[in-house]
Amino acid sequence: MPDQLLFAMEVTLNGLMAGVLYALVALGFVLIFKASGIFNYAQGVMALFAALTLVGIMEGQVPFAHLINAIFGTEIHHFGWHVPALLAIILTMVVMVALAWAVQRFIFRHLVNQEPILLFMATIGLAFVLEGVGDIMWGADIKKLDVGLPQGINEWIDITTFEAFGYGFFIDNLDISATIVAMILVAALIAFSQYTKQGRALRAVADDHQAALSVGISLNFIWILVWSIAGFVALVAGIMWGAKSGVQFSLSLIALKALPVLMLGGFTSIPGAIVGGLIIGVGEKLFEFLIGPMVGGATENWFAYVLALLFLVFRPQGLFGEKIIERV
Amino acid sequence: MNAMTGNYTTADGRQIGDTLMEMKNITLRFGGVVAIKDISFDIHEGEIRAIIGPNGAGKSSMLNVISGFYHPQEGEVWFRGAKRPTMKPYQVAQQGIARTFQNIALFNGMSVLDNVMTGRLTHMKTGMFAQALWKGKAEKEEVENREVVEKIIDFLEIQAIRKTPVGRLPYGLKKRVELARALAAEPKLLLLDEPMAGMNVEEKEDMSRFILDVNDEFGTTIALIEHDMGVVMDLSDRVVVMDYGRKIGDGTPDEVRNNQDVIDAYLGVSHD
Repeated sequence: MPDQLLFAMEVTLNGLMAGVLYALVALGFVLIFKASGIFNYAQGVMALFAALTLVGIMEGQVPFAHLINAIFGTEIHHFGWHVPALLAIILTMVVMVALAWAVQRFIFRHLVNQEPILLFMATIGLAFVLEGVGDIMWGADIKKLDVGLPQGINEWIDITTFEAFGYGFFIDNLDISATIVAMILVAALIAFSQYTKQGRALRAVADDHQAALSVGISLNFIWILVWSIAGFVALVAGIMWGAKSGVQFSLSLIALKALPVLMLGGFTSIPGAIVGGLIIGVGEKLFEFLIGPMVGGATENWFAYVLALLFLVFRPQGLFGEKIIERV
Repeated sequence: MNAMTGNYTTADGRQIGDTLMEMKNITLRFGGVVAIKDISFDIHEGEIRAIIGPNGAGKSSMLNVISGFYHPQEGEVWFRGAKRPTMKPYQVAQQGIARTFQNIALFNGMSVLDNVMTGRLTHMKTGMFAQALWKGKAEKEEVENREVVEKIIDFLEIQAIRKTPVGRLPYGLKKRVELARALAAEPKLLLLDEPMAGMNVEEKEDMSRFILDVNDEFGTTIALIEHDMGVVMDLSDRVVVMDYGRKIGDGTPDEVRNNQDVIDAYLGVSHD
């Protein structure tokens, strides 16, 4: 096989893996948008906050340490214990559920039946607040997140492909685990929304608030549930991105990469978020590989957005979004 | 013009049971506007009770008070022999009061079958993990709920559109699906907000037939709001007449028809 084709295959595989991570973030957006019609700008920050909290708990960091020290003149930073990864993940999830409750209780409960643009603005506010709280609670330095996921080149794939093609593919173990986790997550979400009472209630709420109330669904409960699930997805995304590139505040910017994914996949489709993520992931890697050298490289920064722009012009509902039918 | 109390037998020989719901001196205000002023009436088990009145009389407000969407400033709501505390609409629904809406509130993205299934939500007890994994008790429960729903779908003659997304249906059928969803809850009290608004004569006849059949077959107590006097008089056992938020008449259709206040409200009265 020609070298060029082998390279392209390797690039495609890596693109698929990167796409899974985009899809994970996009999923969080889709879930909240489907259930409450809110475009949650804070999803990226939620992933950051989840990752910060996870690292903080694992390392036994004292929350608000800087604040406490500044006020009381103390010098405390650590509790001096280390929490095992699994327990820390569970505790972080508890924090995310509490966050979901607070978001519903203090922000969105007061904004029922408001214009979507108002709700969107509220999530922008939430993003800034959450980023600030994350900073005060856990500090702004870059942290290493290691929950015990395998990292580095996958030897087996390297050797197998070397024997088959005479060229070893470089695939990161972390990307493989991200893919597996994402698949499990999606299967669980689909089972939840299709087969459970709460899933059916969730779809009902997304469709019509009044009607949902009239069949005995508590809007408050469903919204807290949705924000908790979004928190859970944010936690998973936070773990994967954090393990890959360290927990740092630029993590919240991955939310921006989710936007083109959503425009491709449609804002209301779970499969759309996944396929959209994969297309963007593969697309930007292949484009960089094939066209990048001709235009001086660095195409990964803009490729996704140009693709999203084309979709907005020619297919605004995305690949899988519900077609907008206007009855006249 | 006092409301009848206790059990009674209707003109067509049906036996009406005890008081199911009683509204006591309800007053509802929106800021300075008094939507309902000191109204009392009761609904007996098994009867078809209508609330009529001209536009803006406060009929829909009254229905919204019963279903918990509005909370009256004064007065008490009694349901099944107990005073009802202030409740949210979903709690009222869980108590066994189902409703339809004047401007149809269906889940447009879902099929007819799924819409009607949401009516069963208050009857589902198994936990979400069991349901997600589709095992044992959850499966049995799902099958039981499906049976109830299929029976209602057959009853209302909407088998042909079971799988159709509700958004695509014409108006008259949407109204029928909404009725099906409310019925799926097997309510103790069914509230219908203008079930025949905007329908043609044929659709009105169909809907009237369904309302009578529902009452007959399932023994469901029905409270309905209607504009169309003719329809109401044919359908209902007892009628409350409202005008400008006050109750001006209460009794059987014949009594109400001959009530001077009611005639004045509907036909206007000369001031000379």
